Order: sequence, then structure tokens, then C-alpha cells
Amino acid sequence: MSGAGNGDGKDPENVIEVRGLRTQFGSNVIHDGLDLDLRRGEILGVVGGSGTGKSVLLRTIVGLIRPAAGKVRVLGQDVGQLSGAAREALERRWGVMFQDGALFSSLTVQENVEVPLRAVPGLSDAQREALAQLKVSMAGLPWNANAKYPSDLSGGMRKRAGLARALALDPEIVFLDEPTAGLDPIGADAFDRLIVGLRDALNLSVFLVTHDLDTLHACCDRIAVLAEKRVLVTGTMAEMLKVDHPWVHEYFHGPRARAAMTEKG
Amino acid sequence: MTDMTQDQKLIAEDGAGGLRLSGALTVWTLPQLPAAAATAPVLELSGLTRLDTAAAWYLAQRSAEGARLDGLDADQRKLLDTVTAATPKPDPQPATGPRWREILDMFGRKVVAALVFLRELAEYLGRFLAALARAIRHPSQFRLTSLVYHCQETGLRAVPIVALMAFLIGVVLAFQGASQLTQFGAQIFVVDLISIAVLRELGILLTAIIVAGRSASALTASIGSMKMHEEIDAMRTLGIDPDMVLVLPRVLALVITLPILGLIADAAGLLGGAIMSWIELGISPSMFRYRMIAETDVSHVIVGLSKAPVFALVIGIIGCHAGMKVGKDAESLGAETSRAVVNAIFAVIVIDALFSVFFAEVGL
Repeated sequence: MSGAGNGDGKDPENVIEVRGLRTQFGSNVIHDGLDLDLRRGEILGVVGGSGTGKSVLLRTIVGLIRPAAGKVRVLGQDVGQLSGAAREALERRWGVMFQDGALFSSLTVQENVEVPLRAVPGLSDAQREALAQLKVSMAGLPWNANAKYPSDLSGGMRKRAGLARALALDPEIVFLDEPTAGLDPIGADAFDRLIVGLRDALNLSVFLVTHDLDTLHACCDRIAVLAEKRVLVTGTMAEMLKVDHPWVHEYFHGPRARAAMTEKG
Repeated sequence: MTDMTQDQKLIAEDGAGGLRLSGALTVWTLPQLPAAAATAPVLELSGLTRLDTAAAWYLAQRSAEGARLDGLDADQRKLLDTVTAATPKPDPQPATGPRWREILDMFGRKVVAALVFLRELAEYLGRFLAALARAIRHPSQFRLTSLVYHCQETGLRAVPIVALMAFLIGVVLAFQGASQLTQFGAQIFVVDLISIAVLRELGILLTAIIVAGRSASALTASIGSMKMHEEIDAMRTLGIDPDMVLVLPRVLALVITLPILGLIADAAGLLGGAIMSWIELGISPSMFRYRMIAETDVSHVIVGLSKAPVFALVIGIIGCHAGMKVGKDAESLGAETSRAVVNAIFAVIVIDALFSVFFAEVGL
């Protein structure tokens, strides 16, 4: 359970394999020797203190940040080595939901979701619109949200719209950056259930960066803890409770953690 | 689970049990479906290796139209059910009235919006005056440093552009006037033309337009970005009056500096006119000066400069009002800024026209 790598790096069930990753900005090293796996069909929660580079890890995996060293393999392909069409093809097999949805502000929600669908050759306008509306509905937004602009939506609805856009092309992997941050507990709860429901229905693998202990309890199959510039431990919630690293212990045994535990029974 | 890419092929063929589809039916292969798929009464699907939500949506539609779907496995069935359950039902469209009613409705809304805008401007003017009165009663609350800073920003920094603009206007007037007036042998009247036009109208009007462009946008942008980051709300909770701290120094700085800028513009305009008259018509500077003092009444200068504080007030109020209107997103900041500039310039020109009528009526 300590250390994410199984060593061989060939496990077909791993949709993401990160090995020996090193990311740095100038002389500021964020990750050093980081290993991480995401298995097919699981929801992996990535936690860590502020500034441990959770979002940086997400951005590195999807290729927005170039690592200084190490390998990132997604769906069996080395993200750093791909170019042009192969990279584009790979990008269509994952979806990313950024923290505040990152919707295009000049487009309505439905048009936002249509953006990835425009890449599909031969899809008629009517089909594209209907599919976008379907995704908006699957993300749990009401019908009248389709015609709204991002600035007219609440934070939770923007996140749902961002999720709808991430799901537009039926990706195999979904990256979620703090999906429940800034939501009220009821909204956060609904979002947790939405993630699990979509995973079950669409057979997604989910890479979920979060701070939210309730989310970890409610949806994550495994948890990876980022600390000391690497993935310190990975494992289930029960395993996390037995780790005696001071930060991990504090995180999973603090008053908030206990509250989340008792609430879930 | 098989490897899935959009390159996977869909094969459609006529089988014994109906149209047989095999391979991957996904959003990528959906457009490749033969036309027959839309009408076939039975779809044989046991050969499908992949089915995504787009395809499931298509199949659910076909199913709803009465087509029979054969050979789906349990997982595919489940996806189909999920998609069917999630397929949105459009809200009923609200009944729309006749076209003329819509136009009338829109027109009414515009009129009301314009009236609300005017009322809000009046409110901001009142708030500015109230802040000014408070500052006079309690001078310690007044931010002198801020006032000086804004005088420098809106006044001193605008001097080069205003002076250059007015100089060129003088040059143009002299040049155009000369070419027309020489036809009557009335060259000397070019002095009257320049001095009256510049002193009474153009100097101050064009200065106000430039300041409206420069400062109304700056006001909206600075106050608007504070509004965007909730700084204004923070001030209120800390017991700081935004009218006192933000609006008063900015508007007051405009009221102080615009007349000075107008005076500079007058001087630069006359200088430009005099130089051009000398070059083009041979009217020497001393002749220009003599003729101007003899023939141009000082009332023209007073009429011109008396408009300056009013223009300044309008520009400042419109800029501050637009800044306070900015919402939470960056887009509204841009929209309000451009709206503030357009409104300020428009207001300056309208007020100038009203002044012209007023001065004509009172005989100045």
C-alpha cells in the first residue's frame, strides 16, 4: 500500500501510470520521484496540503505542464512523446473539469458542451444539439440551463456544466479538480452522488483532486496522499486510517475527519 | 474492455433478423450509419463491441419510434436505460404574442431602462454633492492626497494630448477659413472665426470629449475592478464610505482640472490659428492679437469656460456610476467601460447643445 507503483508498469488495468515524475518551476521543485496509478473504473481521490501540487499533478498528466523528468503514460501511451494527431486522439479520450468549470464565457451552456462535439465529422447540427442537451441533463442541470450564459449560473451549476463539457465525447478518464470546493454541503453531496452515478453508468475512471473529506468517504475507491513531493501512500480509506505519517494521521484523524466518519457511519 | 478509439469501424449489413450493426457504435461512427438504420423495424446489435451515450441516445430514439433492438447485453441495456432516463424533456415554450407586441414591449423596456439610468445618474450626483458637503463640514475626512493624485492623473497627464489637439484644431480652422474668406477678400475675419470658434465652442468641447474618453474609462475601470473584487463591500463593512473615498476625489479632480485643461486648449488653439494665419494669409501675430482683442468679446471666454465644470461633473458621475454597475465577471467590466465612454461623450455633446440654446436665449 505504500508507494503507488507495482514496478512493472505494464499492468493493462492501469489507465494512468506516472513513474518517477519530477516537476519544477525554476528552482522550485514541486514533485520529485512521484509514482501514481489510476486503475480502470475506479475513482481515485488525490489529497494533500495546500501547495503540495495536486492541481499541478493533474495538469502534468493532461500535458498542460511539461515534466522535468519521468514518464506519464495514459491509456498505454506516453503523453510526452505524442505529437499532432495521436495527441489529439488521446485528448478526446479524457475529459477535464477545471475548478470553476472553465466555461467559455461568450457561449451558452449548451454551446459550451457542443464545442468538443464539433470535432466529430459528419454529425448533424440537430444531433449535436440533442447530444449536448443530453449531457447537460446527465450532469444534473435543468432544461432551462441550456440557454444560460456561465455568468448567470451559480458556482455549483458552473461545475456541473464543466462536467457536462468534459463528458461530451464519452471519455474513458475524467479529471476533476476540486469538484466540491465552494459548494454547500447539500450541493457537494449531490455532486458526489453524480460522480459515482456517472462512473457506474459510463464506466469512467475518475482522477479526483479534492480537499473534501466527505467526498473521499462518499465516492473514492482509493486515496492517494501527496506529501514530501511524492505520493506518500495510496490505499482505501480503511488503510489510510492506519498510516502513522504525522500529516496523514492528522488529516484522517482530525476533528473534521471524525465528523465525516461518524456522519457516514 | 476493448481498446476504444474513434478510428474503430462500424459495419452495417442486412441480416436475417433485420439490419445488423457490428463494431463500434459511438459518436464518431454515428454519422456513418446508413439511411436504412433510421427506418429499419429491427436492429440486430449483438455484434456491437462498443456503445457510448451518443449511440445509446440514438438507439433510445429509434426504440421510442417503435423499432425493436435485438441482442444488447446487460451493460448496454443499462446504459440505454440511463440515457433514456436522462434524456431531457424540453420545457413548453411560453406562448409568444404578435410581432408588434414584441416590438412595443422591447421599446417600452428601452425607454424604462433609459429613465432608470437617468434617475440613477441623479442619485449619484446627489451622493457626490452629499459627500462634498460632508467633506466641507468635516475636512478631516477628506482625502487630499487622493485628490492631488487624481488631479495629476486626469489633469496633468492630459495636458500634452489636449494641447496638441487644440493646436491642430486652430491650424485647421485657419487653413479652411482662409481658403473660403479670401474669395470675398475678407481674410482678416479669419481672426474672428478662430477666436470665437475656439474660445466659445471647440476648445472646451473637444477637451471634454478627450477627457471623457480618457477619464471616464479610467474611472469605470478602477472603481469597477474594485467592485469586482468586493473591495467596495469590504469598505462599507469597515465603515469607510466609498462615496467619500472613491467618488468624491475622482469627480472633484475632474471638476478642478477640466477648466484648466480648457484654458490650455484655448491658448493652444489660438496659437495654432495665429501661426497658420501668419503663414497662409500673412496676418502677423501682432495684427492677430490687435484684431482679436478689438473684435472678440471676453464673454466668449466666459461662455466657453463656464461649461467646463458641468462637463466634468457629468463625465465623472457617468464614469463612477458605470464602475459601480460592474458585476462579478471581467466581461461586464469591459462592457461598462466602453458604455461609460460612449455615454460620457454623448452627454457632453447633448449638454453643449443645450448650453448653446440657453446662451442664445439669454443673449450672450
